[in-house]
Amino acid sequence: MIDEELVQLLTPEGERVTHPDYASTLTGEQILSMYRDMVIVRRLCNESTSLQRQGQLALWAPIQGQEGAQIGAGRALAPMDFTFPTYREHGIAWCRGVPPEDVLRLFRAVSTGGWDPQKYRHHVPTIVLGNQVLNAVGYAMGIQRDGADEAVLTFFGDGASSQGDVLEAFVWASSFNTPVVFFCQNNQFGISTPSSTQSRVPLFRRARGFGFPGVRVDGNDLLACYEVTRAALENARAGGGPTMIEAYTYRMGAHTTSDDPTRYRVDAEVEVWKHRDPIERIKALLVREYQTRPASFEAVAEEAEAFALKLRDDVLAMGRPDPLSMFDHVYAEPHPLVEEGRREMAALLAQEGAH
Amino acid sequence: MSTEVFLLPDVGEGLIEAEIVTWKVAVGDVVTLNQPLVDVETAKAVVELPSPFAGVVTTLHAEVGDTVAVDEPLVSFDVGGERAPHANEKQVVHDVADEQRREPVLIGYGVAHEEPVKPRRRRRGGDLVPSPPPAAQERPTDRLVGAPVRTTPPVRLLAKQLGVELATLSGTGREGIVTREDVERARDRRTSSATPSAPAATSAPTRATSRFVGREIAPWSEGPREERIAVKGVLKSMAEAMVESTTHQPQASVWTRVDATKTVDLLNALKGHPNFAGVRLSALTIVALAVCDAARHFPGINSSFDAPNNEVVLRRYVNLGIAADTPRGLVVPNIKDADQLDLAAMARQLTALVEKARDATTSPAEMAATTITITNVGPFGVDGAMAILPPGTGAIVCVGQVAKAPWIVDDVVVARHVVEISMTFDHRQIDGALASRVLAHIGRFLEDPATALLARSSVAR
Repeated sequence: MIDEELVQLLTPEGERVTHPDYASTLTGEQILSMYRDMVIVRRLCNESTSLQRQGQLALWAPIQGQEGAQIGAGRALAPMDFTFPTYREHGIAWCRGVPPEDVLRLFRAVSTGGWDPQKYRHHVPTIVLGNQVLNAVGYAMGIQRDGADEAVLTFFGDGASSQGDVLEAFVWASSFNTPVVFFCQNNQFGISTPSSTQSRVPLFRRARGFGFPGVRVDGNDLLACYEVTRAALENARAGGGPTMIEAYTYRMGAHTTSDDPTRYRVDAEVEVWKHRDPIERIKALLVREYQTRPASFEAVAEEAEAFALKLRDDVLAMGRPDPLSMFDHVYAEPHPLVEEGRREMAALLAQEGAH
Repeated sequence: MSTEVFLLPDVGEGLIEAEIVTWKVAVGDVVTLNQPLVDVETAKAVVELPSPFAGVVTTLHAEVGDTVAVDEPLVSFDVGGERAPHANEKQVVHDVADEQRREPVLIGYGVAHEEPVKPRRRRRGGDLVPSPPPAAQERPTDRLVGAPVRTTPPVRLLAKQLGVELATLSGTGREGIVTREDVERARDRRTSSATPSAPAATSAPTRATSRFVGREIAPWSEGPREERIAVKGVLKSMAEAMVESTTHQPQASVWTRVDATKTVDLLNALKGHPNFAGVRLSALTIVALAVCDAARHFPGINSSFDAPNNEVVLRRYVNLGIAADTPRGLVVPNIKDADQLDLAAMARQLTALVEKARDATTSPAEMAATTITITNVGPFGVDGAMAILPPGTGAIVCVGQVAKAPWIVDDVVVARHVVEISMTFDHRQIDGALASRVLAHIGRFLEDPATALLARSSVAR
């Protein structure tokens, strides 16, 4: 497990370590603010899991354990950068300012998207594995042609790293030297398949073969995730081309609420990773180095609790969508076949209403 | 007072029912929002359902073992005061009433097909459990001594592999034929009564204390005060070899400790596999593969110093010597071209080698031309040794016992299966750097044998 190539700026015990290529630039205030992000996002995740277990969400994809990777990467973005998430990037959505209830709208199955991607510079979640990585490279090629001072940050997991889409995207990104950063959260499992089964080399090393740098970062180290992502995005905006970041982390919970992780992994492994919790190590750093008082942590916890209650109310208040609205977003322009479907559906609804 | 009813939700994208595993609340309990109420088992998982309400539990609508259909009542609550604005009497998301058939699509799981099932309740406790087949007649028959046992060739092979004496079995098959099951049952009886996992490469431990230099010796109180034993046979070979080695081969050693947990896991996973039936599987098997793999990567370790000709002999094949403790004493037979073997073949060859050595049927040819050696002191319960080279070889690897020990994984102390490995090498042609690299390579192999075996299969020539 001791990996010389792993970028780490903070140990699991919350002690700083130095790295030749990266140094932490965050102030105590920024770190506290990011601690708050992580706590709220974890609370969001817990509440959403409960809501799913109570029949209020169709599905939920938990992120426990990955808050450090997501808040670190999410807070490293510049306002005009664009992000392409999977279905698990709740922390990135939070950093981009997407209202959490809009994220949950999708998981309650009352929306097929939930927000305007341009407004938040955050694409709607892609459920199809790996597809968003191609979209991201295409978007980055557009940035190149516009000459814009922007970069694209796209997400995928160790499982999706085996998808053809992701590897094709690597080829295009490399060939066109696009301003894109590939952020792979290696949470060790593609549902139940260990990442060691999927790749014989550490994932970040694949980048080298495609012709751009790959970096492995301790995905439970907020400071390192922030600095590595920030540097990669800056490099992309400056014309330096793509970077792949492998955030080495662990999915503490299930793949989704439909999954039972006890069937394919052992408790001992989970116990080991508990000691590497991304939130606890930041808390330790804040106490040790910035003398953050217990009252500050309590305030964050209370805020997260209130946030969860409001989120629950918002979810329970969501109505059913108008069935006809499903025809609105099939194509950008009107299409005769879609219109025909809309008319048939309207007639069917009218008929049912008459009964 | 107002009542709220929690209906069983579909917790897994298209499930139709769940079984109550454990109630965590009782009627009359005051519960808070999201307090765990019950564990239910679905077709996919056991999940804990948190309470959607704060209030007092008034009814549990099912008992442990009951199967409840989705959208049927699970728990009723008195939530006091006014009705909550968003009562979930009817689930917004999961509406099964108008669905005859569900074909759930899960992320990554594909489409599942379920027959339409009417929501129902039934008790699990009353289900019949199929009884095991009637036990075979295991009393010995009055079969004539020396008569050939009636069975089939595959079963004879199996019996041989498992070391089961066919003549001791009475067949339960048609017309008294000995079946595969008979042989396996005999094996199971033996293993359940035997002491756990007799170590490889050792002789019968009960006799060990009365044996010395390959012969029986009298107990302390019974033998003569002083005894002289002629140096011959295996004793003579050992003595000459050690003198030869220490006189002519300048030797040095390196050692390391390794987290062999994954090796232990792998061995446990393979033990039940039919490919390994009747075959010894131990850490030695993996070490043998690791040593061969290390030789492929660092051929220099697989060399010897030919002083008369003033040459170093570099070998691109491994004749893997295994130091075996036999009733006759120490013998070191080898496996020819061991670098060509996969895991199953290596396990088989090691098993055969050890059994031959124990039965004293090892031929001189099987002890000649060793290129590199392994000695396994683990079965004796010690951590390691500084071995002495068999003459004419460049390196010997020593493996200690695999035992749980505190180990630091990313700055956390955890219990892991740890093993110490050491290597003694001929310092005329092999330097400490090469020896260290080789030993580290073997260590990495033991730390992640599955990956190493995969990598190995891709470079095998």
